Amino acid sequence: MSTSATTDHAARGASGSGDVPALLSVRELRVHFPTEDGVVKAVDDLSFDLAPGATLGIVGESGSGKSVTSQAIMGLHRGTRAKVGGQILFDGVDLLTISDEELRRRRGQDVAMVFQDPLSALHPYYTVGNQLVEAYRVHHDVSKQAARARVIEMLDRVGIPSPQARFGNYPHEFSGGMRQRAMIAMALINDPRLIIADEPTTALDVTVQAQILDLLVGLQKEFGSSIIIITHDLGVVAEMADDILVMYGGKAVERGDADTIFYSPEHPYAWGLLRSMPRMDRLRTERLVPIAGNPPSLINLPTGCSFHPRCEYATAELGCFTTAPPFDAESDHPVRCLIPHTERLDIFENSVRPSL
Amino acid sequence: MSATDQTATPATTATGAELPKFGETILKVTDLQKHFPRRTKGIIPRPDAPVKAVDGITFELRRGETLGIVGESGCGKSTAGRTVLQLLKPTGGTIEYLGEDITGVTGGDWRRLRTEMQMVFQDPYGSLNPRQTVGAIVGAPFVIQGIKPKRGVKAEVQDLLARVGLNPEHYNRYPHEFSGGQRQRIGIARAIALRPNLIVADEPVSALDVSIQAQVVNLLEDIQNEFNLTYVFIAHDLSVVRHISDRVAVMYLGKVMEVADRDELYANPQHPYTQALLSAVPLPDPRKANKRERILLTGDLPSPINPPSGCVFHTRCPKFRTELSDSDKARCTGEVPQQREIAPNHTVSCHYPGPPPAEILVLEDDPEAAYDPTALRGAGDEEVVTATGSDDPADPTRA
Amino acid sequence: MFAYIVRRLFSGIVMLIVMSFVTILLFFSSAVDPARVMCGKSCTPERIEQTRKALGYDKPAVQQWTAFLGGVVKGREYPADEALRKAAPQLVVDCHAPCLGYSTVTQQSVGSTLWTKLPVTGSLAIAAFIMWMVVGVGLGIISALFKGTLLDRAIVGSSLLFYAFPTFAIGIALYTYLSLKWHLVKIPAYTPISESPSAWLQGLFLPALTLALVYIAGYVRLTRAFVLESLSEDYLRTAKAKGLAPRKILFKHTMRAALTPVVTAAGLDLGGLLGGAIITETIFNYDGLGKLAVLSNAQFDLPMIVGIVLVAATFVILANLIVDLLYALIDPRVKYA
Ligand SMILES: Nc1ncnc2c1ncn2[C@@H]1O[C@H](COP(=O)(O)OP(=O)(O)OP(=O)(O)O)[C@@H](O)[C@H]1O
Ligand SMILES: Nc1ncnc2c1ncn2[C@@H]1O[C@H](COP(=O)(O)OP(=O)(O)OP(=O)(O)O)[C@@H](O)[C@H]1O
Ligand SMILES: [Mg+2]
Ligand SMILES: [Mg+2]
Repeated sequence: MSTSATTDHAARGASGSGDVPALLSVRELRVHFPTEDGVVKAVDDLSFDLAPGATLGIVGESGSGKSVTSQAIMGLHRGTRAKVGGQILFDGVDLLTISDEELRRRRGQDVAMVFQDPLSALHPYYTVGNQLVEAYRVHHDVSKQAARARVIEMLDRVGIPSPQARFGNYPHEFSGGMRQRAMIAMALINDPRLIIADEPTTALDVTVQAQILDLLVGLQKEFGSSIIIITHDLGVVAEMADDILVMYGGKAVERGDADTIFYSPEHPYAWGLLRSMPRMDRLRTERLVPIAGNPPSLINLPTGCSFHPRCEYATAELGCFTTAPPFDAESDHPVRCLIPHTERLDIFENSVRPSL
Repeated sequence: MSATDQTATPATTATGAELPKFGETILKVTDLQKHFPRRTKGIIPRPDAPVKAVDGITFELRRGETLGIVGESGCGKSTAGRTVLQLLKPTGGTIEYLGEDITGVTGGDWRRLRTEMQMVFQDPYGSLNPRQTVGAIVGAPFVIQGIKPKRGVKAEVQDLLARVGLNPEHYNRYPHEFSGGQRQRIGIARAIALRPNLIVADEPVSALDVSIQAQVVNLLEDIQNEFNLTYVFIAHDLSVVRHISDRVAVMYLGKVMEVADRDELYANPQHPYTQALLSAVPLPDPRKANKRERILLTGDLPSPINPPSGCVFHTRCPKFRTELSDSDKARCTGEVPQQREIAPNHTVSCHYPGPPPAEILVLEDDPEAAYDPTALRGAGDEEVVTATGSDDPADPTRA
Repeated sequence: MFAYIVRRLFSGIVMLIVMSFVTILLFFSSAVDPARVMCGKSCTPERIEQTRKALGYDKPAVQQWTAFLGGVVKGREYPADEALRKAAPQLVVDCHAPCLGYSTVTQQSVGSTLWTKLPVTGSLAIAAFIMWMVVGVGLGIISALFKGTLLDRAIVGSSLLFYAFPTFAIGIALYTYLSLKWHLVKIPAYTPISESPSAWLQGLFLPALTLALVYIAGYVRLTRAFVLESLSEDYLRTAKAKGLAPRKILFKHTMRAALTPVVTAAGLDLGGLLGGAIITETIFNYDGLGKLAVLSNAQFDLPMIVGIVLVAATFVILANLIVDLLYALIDPRVKYA
């Protein structure tokens, strides 16, 4: 019984069982890296759905497997020693089993990516314009002139002033914000249906971050693409995401729509995240409430629930130290926690919410 | 450890000068300038227009308080911090510590200053020598200053390690064996080794995850209480700055735009730049985030080599663009606004300051607690502050 | 850019002047008295003194140096000692500006001697350079692309082996086996390219290979490291994410970035090749600058030594400048002015 409920949760999109078929369905994704010290279980048993035109936010601490997940969707682990398992269904096609050639055709065209550090993600020896032309011509059989016109149009769309003149600049001649705009232009140039933005604003100032987020939202409305935004800034997901996936130690510990995660989260790690950050929109608290301890090693994950060493509610009676928690069937959204559902709601209401 | 001796000893400095009472001025910075020279390129290079990293900033630091400095990348926060500590030689202005002009001191005086003022750096990886043990790193200030603690350097260092929540037995380990948050603790232990009065922390938590960031912020606060420290806390995260600071200075392009008590600044920012900065912070609350308006700044930060004339912010100022008349604009482009006090403890460098648009404010609940400078940390000189100990559950010393 | 080149050339000339002085100083601070060695067994103090005068080694180092610099600018007459010139006017040699000196040992002007030896060493250097670039860089790329495989380990292992062996051992082994025992290669000898290009090439093969081997070994490892580094760059991930074909990613994106530092290193090594040439030329009896350097040293031929040092230094300085200019050409982030 509990198994069927688990699969039910795993299969359902975070936004509930929508009528529209999901654009992207990730099923029991596993990415393991064999290393000299042992197997790094960077992503383990991860499932989620993403509807067309929707935005999914993935949050979690450094090293929780966010980037590895996004690289798996792009097929960037192919040809490396990484062991990838599960399914990544894009429009019903499993991206993990298609041929290299087919995958290459889809990269940039169906799924495009915006990386964290735009300076290192752009080639230092080629002009920004040429790098965009290249991105366009991989998937469009057009002349250089036509591609150039398209690139200038895109640079203009993302708000780069005098795009004609900027076409011939090298990445280092752009400011950080302009580079990220150029990356976004490159991602959008082929009208992809899914954009993965891996910490697109982490390297930028808040004022520039606001511009870039604004731009992404505007372009998404216009082009109707789905977005996966990866970040550790809960503010950014609150502004952007419809659905949120909380990762811890390579696993999804909680998944739900933005309101659920922000107003009635059920996983102690999600509580910890919300509690530990200072907030500008609340009365100033005397003290911050950190999550105890340090992030886990992915080679030697703690037994049972991998969050238990840092969880103040974990007990032996609940089995937290020995049993890996499945998704809780009682909850209305996927939560991996062994604390009984009612008790969890109780803890949240009485001791967590007041301190948020 | 020795927290009680620390506060029981009369409040004097290494030079024997008397420390001011809490809330009174300990450091006064007037019109501080740091221009980095540049040279032209050509067959014979000549001096060229300098980088005006810090271009005339004025502020006061009161004993026991935390002054937050915020601003965009490249606006001169780090340079300001380093120049105040005399780690960089200022090119203009004065710095008074305890009423004494310390601008450009050298030799022994400079060395002695290091026992009074210390720095904590951002990069928990780059700021610790990878080939030195933690013991050597934290003990280095004793060796450099030729100070021999009564119980020996090792015992003292182990006390320090315990105090910042590290296991004293890790004395012989190397920095790479520690996580980012733990390394930042090592940097803090080194900074407090000589019991300084003033610490400049340059983005001490920017590289850390939120959960770890909270641990380090709490540690910084505990240590401040325990050792009666005064902080300059540099950061670009406005939420963290609000949490830790008593007063906040907002910098833009080498200049201070606005200084005010924390609650005043966040509830009633008067400078258009401060308002834009506050409105740009994403809120971890989807409903509020959807309701709130943002002031989007256009363009990029101008170059500190060739800053705009008049008010340096006018090229990106939303008010300048949309609200001001042409004659008002001429003033912004032609005349440098001075830092002036528009309310007690609230100075603004703007010709046309004004209250923020209501849509950008995020605090629903009224901050009923008005800021009271005399109530700083609740600790006077005569009062003995008890060591709070670490309440950080991650603290290995508790285990 | 022009200003930059002028500045660099100027500082290069200053460096050459300093180096000429240091060379002369070092020569005279040596414990061995050249005049004493030259004058042979049956030597009297007077004869030593005479020899010293004839060689021009009687003046202090500083004076020697100013005379040398004067010769470069105005030209000078030999022997250096005025009394000797007066005594035997028929033996006086006029060395025109720019005079690099006149060797009393070989009875030849330093400039013309260097000029005849230059093509020999130049041929050797260029042939070796081409060999090590093609083979070293090629193998380095292959081994990076097949990192961790048997092929990679074989390439890295054997390059390590060659790296560990001294040049002379490799040279003598190649000479003995390939030419003398197995007759696979003609016995190497230098033929000017103007006489017979094919003989030039054949004669060059073994010496160039000897000279190149050590470099090949180094360049395999260097190239491998840079290609691997470039393969892990973020912008390669971007190139993949765009959907570019693997071949294009390799040649357009990886190689351009990886080979920039290799080209730099190669330029510098080419400039400093003389050290390797000394051994190679001695083994194969090639009459080039390297052999001349050994000989002049043994004969305490100061003018020749100074000349060789300056030629070698000029190469290093020019190679450095060219490498830097090339760098600015390849990498748009580098700008000189
Ligand atoms: N190629 C690899 N080989 C071995 N381990 C890897 C590899 N790539 C990633 N990892 C490990 O996988 C884990 C997850 O990494 P990932 O980059 O997904 O973290 P993240 O959640 O994106 O963190 P951050 O917020 O720091 O970007 C990390 O512990 C990382 O060290
Ligand atoms: N040693 C130096 N020589 C020349 N220019 C410098 C030097 N140090 C800093 N600058 C310049 O001074 C300006 C201010 O730099 P600073 O590091 O103080 O900024 P910051 O506010 O700390 O930025 P960040 O948030 O990125 O740390 C920048 O334009 C920087 O390029
Ligand atoms: Mg990441
Ligand atoms: Mg800084």
